[in-house]
Amino acid sequence: MNSTDQKPYGVKLEVRGLRKSFASQEVLQGLDFTVQPGEIFVIMGPSGSGKSVLLKHLIGLEAPDAGEILVNGESIMTPEIAAKYRMALVFQSGALLNSLTVGENVGLYLTEHRLKPPAEIERIVREKLADVRLSEAIHKMPGELSGGMKKRAAIARALVIEPQLILYDEPTSELDPLSSVVIGQEIWNLNQNTRVTSLVVTHDRDLAFGVADRIAVMDGGQILTIGTPEAVKAFPDARVQTFLNADFKREPRFKNI
Amino acid sequence: MFDNIGQMVLLFWRTLGALPLAWRQRQKVFEQFFEIGNASLLMVCMLSFFIGGVLSLQTGPALVERGLPSAVGGIVGLAVARELAPVMMAILIAGRIGSAMAAEIGSMRVYQEIDALRTMNINPIHYLVLPRLVAIALALPMLVVLAILIGWFGGATVAEINHHMAIPFAVFFGDLRSMVELKDVANGVFKTFCFAIIIGTVSCHQGLATIGGPRGIGRSVTKAVVNSIILIVMFDYILTRLLLH
Repeated sequence: MNSTDQKPYGVKLEVRGLRKSFASQEVLQGLDFTVQPGEIFVIMGPSGSGKSVLLKHLIGLEAPDAGEILVNGESIMTPEIAAKYRMALVFQSGALLNSLTVGENVGLYLTEHRLKPPAEIERIVREKLADVRLSEAIHKMPGELSGGMKKRAAIARALVIEPQLILYDEPTSELDPLSSVVIGQEIWNLNQNTRVTSLVVTHDRDLAFGVADRIAVMDGGQILTIGTPEAVKAFPDARVQTFLNADFKREPRFKNI
Repeated sequence: MFDNIGQMVLLFWRTLGALPLAWRQRQKVFEQFFEIGNASLLMVCMLSFFIGGVLSLQTGPALVERGLPSAVGGIVGLAVARELAPVMMAILIAGRIGSAMAAEIGSMRVYQEIDALRTMNINPIHYLVLPRLVAIALALPMLVVLAILIGWFGGATVAEINHHMAIPFAVFFGDLRSMVELKDVANGVFKTFCFAIIIGTVSCHQGLATIGGPRGIGRSVTKAVVNSIILIVMFDYILTRLLLH
């Protein structure tokens, strides 16, 4: 069966009127958007535009001052409802636990919640590491990995949860162009294979236009535009064009790899 | 420090609530327990031997001069068991282990490892704080029992070899046995248990409250050690008052 013919496994995410202030600065100024099941939705914007703060709200690490976040129509502001849905965040730094091996990091969710017997956990860990082409690193410590390998290990750790929504925070930051392409492929392949709803926060235009079904451009805590990559490129707003103005002619083709 | 006391009490309360999960975390408890022992055993032995020795040296000649050589063992025995071993070892462990706890948890906080735990629905209190608190609450009293014995031995050694005293081991320990009761040692160990809770709670709290980069970690470590020592000395007075009555 063609993977794109599968029924979407991911969830629908809705953000309504989300506001957040730190001290006197309003970091999120009433955000509204919807991510459809199985979609890759990219949020772009310059540093300090509120992208990472938004991600922390989506995963429950921050509480908003106003507004709500709905998954499949249910507010996830209560821990009970949030626990119903499997959501994973791939951190900008990878955020692997430095005291554990890569294999232990990847299996941590299953081990701590005692969801499977140890032999089964090891099988799953090996499978997920193979999915991100990192099988050889299973016994290595995070400190022995390159930046790209850490991010792939973090993706493998997220996959163990079998997420219905996966959030990526700057997945290609601090990576060389080749590693960025590899990460882009991983995001694309994962979405195609599992139809997991994916939300990518990045300021990497190559990645965004390479993987996105739709793109939102943020600045100053507001969403300036939402649309298909083509629509966003053509959006006639000075701030959007200032952010996107360079090098549109060379479009990487992650989708075709 | 005092603005954080409420948060520390809350952290301790939540950890106490998670105590039934300690058996599930026994592997981490053992790892922490052996790390504490491994890092501290030699220092505890050396420090307690010399504490006993210097106490003997300070009090012995004066007592011998006044015709009370048989009181040296009792005074050294009581002072080491009730006060010096518990307080000095607690301060040592605050510096050696409390700082390490604050640094480790603080760096996990700064580098988003704790956020990663939370996104996996793993409670950082269960995963990080509980094993450390249980381990230090078990290890420190054991170390203090050892410190008391070595302290007594140090005092007896100095009392025998110092020519101003020249008190034989048998006399020293005979007097010590007549003055020091089991409850004196038990009181010292109980105080140590309380100090261990203070060190563990303060250090883990400072680690979890770390903000900023490496500088923030440094600040947390300093605060963990200083606040632990201040609270140890304050609680030493309070507990001594309560236990003496």
